[in-house]
Amino acid sequence: MPKNPDIKKVLVIGSGPIVIGQAAEFDYAGTQACRSLREEGVEVVLLNSNPATIMTDKDIADHVYIEPLTAEVVEQLILKERPDSVLPTLGGQAGLNLAMELEERGFFRKTGVKLIGTTSATIKKAEDRLEFKSAMEKIGEPVAPSLVVEGLEEGIAFSSRIGYPVVLRPAYTLGGSGGGIAHNQAELEEILSNGLRLSRVGQVLVERCIAGWKEIEYEVMRDGAGNVITVCNMENIDPVGVHTGDSIVTAPSQTLGDKEYQMLRTSALNIISELEITGGCNVQFALNPESFEYCVIEVNPRVSRSSALASKATGYPIAKVAAKIAIGYTLDEIKNAITGQTMAGFEPTLDYCVVKMPRLPFDKFISARRTLTTQMKATGEVMSISDSFEGAFMKAIRSLEQHVDSLMSYDFSSLDREGLLKQLAVADDRRIWVIAEALRQGISYEEIHTATKIDVWFIDKLSVLVEMEQALRSRELTAELLKEAKRLEFPDSVIARLTGRSEADIKHMRCANGIVAAYRMVDTCAAEFAAATPYYYSVFGGENEAVSTGGRKKVLVLGSGPIRIGQGIEFDFCSVHCTWAFAGEGYETIIVNNNPETVSTDFDIADKLYFEPLTPEDVENIVRLEKPDGAVVQFGGQTAIKLTEALMKMGVPILGTSAENVDAAEDRELFDGILEKCGIPRPKGDTVYTAGEAKAAANRLGYPVLVRPSYVLGGQGMQIAINDKDVEEFIGIINRIAQDHPILVDKYLQGKEIEVDAVCDGEDILIPGIMEHIERAGIHSGDSISVYPAQSISAGVKAAVEEYTKRLARSLHVVGLINIQFIAVDEKVYVIEVNPRSSRTVPYISKVTGIPIVPLATKVILGQKIRDLGYTPGLQKEADYFAVKMPVFSFEKIRGADISLGPEMKSTGECLGIAKTFNEALYKAFLGAGIRLPKYKNMIITVRDEDKEEAVEIAKRFEALGYHIFATKGTARALMEADIQVRMTRKLEQESPNILDLILGHQIDLVIDTPSQGVERSHDGFVIRRNAVETGVNVLTAIDTAKALVTSLENMDREELTLIDIARLS
Amino acid sequence: MKAFLILEDGHVFTGKSIGSVRECVSEIVFNTSMTGYLEVMTDPSYAGQAVVMTYPLIGNYGICYEDMESERPWVDGLIVRELSRVPSNFRSEDTIQNFLEKYDIPGICGIDTRALTKLLRESGSMNGMITTDGNYKIEEVQKRLKAYSTGDEVSKVTCRKKYVLPGGGYKVALLDLGAKRNIARSLNHRGCEVTVYPSFTSAEEIITSNPDGIMLSNGPGDPKTYAGIIEEIRRLYQTDIPIFAICLGHQLMALAAGADTYKLKYGHRGGNHPVKDLETGRVYISSQNHGYAVDAKSLNPKVAVPAFRNVNDGTNEGLRYIGKNIFTVQYHPEACPGPRDSGYLFDRFLNMMEVKKNA
Repeated sequence: MPKNPDIKKVLVIGSGPIVIGQAAEFDYAGTQACRSLREEGVEVVLLNSNPATIMTDKDIADHVYIEPLTAEVVEQLILKERPDSVLPTLGGQAGLNLAMELEERGFFRKTGVKLIGTTSATIKKAEDRLEFKSAMEKIGEPVAPSLVVEGLEEGIAFSSRIGYPVVLRPAYTLGGSGGGIAHNQAELEEILSNGLRLSRVGQVLVERCIAGWKEIEYEVMRDGAGNVITVCNMENIDPVGVHTGDSIVTAPSQTLGDKEYQMLRTSALNIISELEITGGCNVQFALNPESFEYCVIEVNPRVSRSSALASKATGYPIAKVAAKIAIGYTLDEIKNAITGQTMAGFEPTLDYCVVKMPRLPFDKFISARRTLTTQMKATGEVMSISDSFEGAFMKAIRSLEQHVDSLMSYDFSSLDREGLLKQLAVADDRRIWVIAEALRQGISYEEIHTATKIDVWFIDKLSVLVEMEQALRSRELTAELLKEAKRLEFPDSVIARLTGRSEADIKHMRCANGIVAAYRMVDTCAAEFAAATPYYYSVFGGENEAVSTGGRKKVLVLGSGPIRIGQGIEFDFCSVHCTWAFAGEGYETIIVNNNPETVSTDFDIADKLYFEPLTPEDVENIVRLEKPDGAVVQFGGQTAIKLTEALMKMGVPILGTSAENVDAAEDRELFDGILEKCGIPRPKGDTVYTAGEAKAAANRLGYPVLVRPSYVLGGQGMQIAINDKDVEEFIGIINRIAQDHPILVDKYLQGKEIEVDAVCDGEDILIPGIMEHIERAGIHSGDSISVYPAQSISAGVKAAVEEYTKRLARSLHVVGLINIQFIAVDEKVYVIEVNPRSSRTVPYISKVTGIPIVPLATKVILGQKIRDLGYTPGLQKEADYFAVKMPVFSFEKIRGADISLGPEMKSTGECLGIAKTFNEALYKAFLGAGIRLPKYKNMIITVRDEDKEEAVEIAKRFEALGYHIFATKGTARALMEADIQVRMTRKLEQESPNILDLILGHQIDLVIDTPSQGVERSHDGFVIRRNAVETGVNVLTAIDTAKALVTSLENMDREELTLIDIARLS
Repeated sequence: MKAFLILEDGHVFTGKSIGSVRECVSEIVFNTSMTGYLEVMTDPSYAGQAVVMTYPLIGNYGICYEDMESERPWVDGLIVRELSRVPSNFRSEDTIQNFLEKYDIPGICGIDTRALTKLLRESGSMNGMITTDGNYKIEEVQKRLKAYSTGDEVSKVTCRKKYVLPGGGYKVALLDLGAKRNIARSLNHRGCEVTVYPSFTSAEEIITSNPDGIMLSNGPGDPKTYAGIIEEIRRLYQTDIPIFAICLGHQLMALAAGADTYKLKYGHRGGNHPVKDLETGRVYISSQNHGYAVDAKSLNPKVAVPAFRNVNDGTNEGLRYIGKNIFTVQYHPEACPGPRDSGYLFDRFLNMMEVKKNA
């Protein structure tokens, strides 16, 4: 079937801000789909509230709207742009839910706009628990005994009938939000009542617990003619019970025989056929490890995180093919872009092993429970490829960017046998390290399997790695042993540690014996056909297929690794744009990255893709082969920056700002010198190494002070200390993470925080715009609401910001990008942080100012001058639009995490509000972030003493909007004195009904709770905030955010939003 | 123990010996299935060939004897990247290491199977030798390898005498040219009574047994080797008994009907080949194992027309015979290993028998 000629203009819906369970994979899928549609001459209208995405670039779609993802906005946009079709299957759960909402409102029927890629009947069949169950029953596919309940009583009755434990899955939520396993009635009541509240339709599935079964996934595709294929199957190493997003996953399945493999494959194909999906679909199965019994856990009738993984694992571009299918093509008409000669209607076959590991955020949420459950907690993931499971596994570990490089990285040797067995039964992020220790202590495979339910095959593979550790420790290092250790992907550094030699020694011995990395191609067909796409992975021992090309100049672009808090999708945006810009300048481009969710690891972004860990050794192996003319590190976040020194040692020129100057910005003393030379003030501070020195410095500066390690990312480990005790505790925490760098203690200034990104060509600078934070200094810039153009600062401050930026960029000899954060206290401007690299705000400021910062910076790096590129240096004229960037958090997913904002970053994503007026932009931003008030018009205010005065003013405004205000004693008194109607509520420790009952009673829309600073944050506050978040209540912990929200609410009675096509901004 | 794989073009791969240490000379072919190594080893169509598995981790789920596709393995040798030292599956009864030893099958592991596959892809299938004797003389070995050719493999793998798998439905005569068990099982499961005949059975004997349908199985070797069988099949062709043929059976029927076959450069062996049903336009993912193909250009359109085509390389994958109750496919609807998507073809065969019976 050829392309449907009726489809001329398509609205593609993106997935919105990055939250746990919905991350960069949808930017990857969406970007690929948009390109695929435009290739076919289809006009694309794109809607996504997330400004950090590549899909919201004017290069990707014809019309780009960065607007809140609400049904009203979609309707209004459709009426404005008049697309003939809507493609909702690329925007994750958010996109599907929107499509359903519009369908239910009868909008598609009314306007004649078609859904393509799926139908509402299909969505309903797959997503509605009841319909799904009956569809499965119809085709004889087993599902676990289950019942959809809409009330607590019903759930209790059913659970006692099928027996505990039971699994709870709320309908229409993502990443398993609000779900869990209940082992008894008390747990059931807690999880179920919460799940009922979180579900969009008030339904929760109660299901027989099949925890411990093998979890197997199939990615399948179907076209409009009914042709079906499997792209990939995957086996979760962690059995059912741990969300697949938090599991270690391997592709293809390893422990399934052909009988099981084909049985589940047939089932997956029957399901996609019954659901009549046109496009891609993910089917998750639980397989009884002791029989052929299986059941279908879940079906996602859209592209997903798993489909991104399957695409990267096989080379089969699922989203691209799904987009072609959506406009009418059949699988046998679509070319397999990797081989260039076969068709998309085939099944990829692998001749390697893929391992995916989740990147969990427990380094950011120290107080959080590390246990892994059916609710996803990972912010991102890494993937690696090798021709052995062990090799892929070792590569994945060192790709995680969390100070781990082997199975020795967490030490559980203090646990005895009993302790280990107990720990093994706990599924958490460190379990593989516990297994390794158990193996070292001689605990049998059977016992480990009994405790973990992990298949013995995988346990044996971990044992191979543990045995290699022992061998390296105890045996003489022969060339043969070294060869085997490298085949298992032990890094040189680990081999050095185990053998007591130096890393250089190991490297020397390797090279002398010809033990070098070879690169193989991911070709979708196990070498059956010649492939043309240079997508590579490394192995030790084997033929090298990567041909070092010559002719053009060659640049190495280092990616940013897994998505984690503090380093999100924005760095992928920068890496991809930099790659395109280098290509535009005639360079051959090479990307190295290990994140399967991203656009940068799509096989056609760069001339060559190396899917490899981002460690010096792994990068050096590539450098040795490719001999690039230069490397660019300033776009890949901290991951790439950290490789600077190693690259220089390899003799690779660093393009752009030099390593010494990067160092100068990070090294306190050097940097102080530069500031002094430039005549720029900064908050007074000191560099210290011990807790004692830190306390002395803090007392000299006067509390409060900011304490943080140097070389940090996203404010990791940064805290505000108000007394000596705080300092002691913080230094303790900082030193828990291996720390080669000193600790910084700074006077904490409370003022307006201002941020700029600038391009510098060594002489001139270009500042696209000045951004101002709504929250006062002390809250991490990534967690603050950022406003462009700056609203409340004087022309004098603006001039100072421009001048200081110029001076700093020049004295740091910046060539490329620089990001600077300032604090303005009245008219005085201080510099608080300088990053001579791209930043989180680059995509957003590029889009709202229309200045393509990354391509500009890339050209500048290549020696061009700002003046020659058609720009007048300096601060650019302010845009006619206001843009508000709003942080978005995933707190409800991380049990036990403290949600109060501070200098350490906690947000996972962001959305943008853009409008002609500030108030509308702010309103859109809150709307995009999912803060939808009010339902009940009930709120709780409990603030620290310093905030009481401002709280009064805010409360008055909420009251005027019709809100009923509850407050705890101190706050209530302050409000009453100002004649505000307030109901006093008892504190947590007081008898019921108290503040907690109020929150759990599901009658509250909003809690404003500003905790006092320092370690002694009240336990009460923590409990209140957690409970509020987990019951789905909005919680604000900064008084400035509250003020912004009320401003936004005061302006929300607008009839219609103005929708702005940023691809048409002049 | 060290082992060597020597190819006729002089390439040598050094690895570790697995299974038997005896020397073997064979045609080296590759299979891209990620699962189903036992089914591959026991598929009689591999007689006269040593198989490279392109998936690098083999033996993960051990040996489940009930999955054997015939009573013994037929591959001359097994070539893998890595053999799992600890198999894991609830049905596993043995390790692949023991299995190879038990049946005296030699093999080699620890070699770069991808590099080997690429060689076979570029040069076409080659003969090779697996040996543990490091003192080989390369020129001598090459000479031997170039001279080597497979002969009548069918007579090695076919059953010695006919036997019956009882069933209450249609009576099907299955000519065993090296049949995989799942062919008879697929018919049996659909209620057919299956009488399995050795390959040397005369057409006469089959016809006089008065079957409702005849099934020609898969099997090893160059179809043109089997002039005698082709002759018998030509007699079957002349009857109006419904005939369904798979793989070698399909090729022999084509030869019997006057078409030609040729050797593919490196064959189709795996579980991911798309075939298109030319009548409906539907594409099915198929299980494949063949080194020869029917030359579609050699067909007399009055005799037979292509019914299926390989989407990857356009080769013929099935024929419909004009005015006859005959259809044949190149691929394996019986799966094992591989996708079960084409099982419906057995239903089609049953349907043919029904139509014939009711006529």
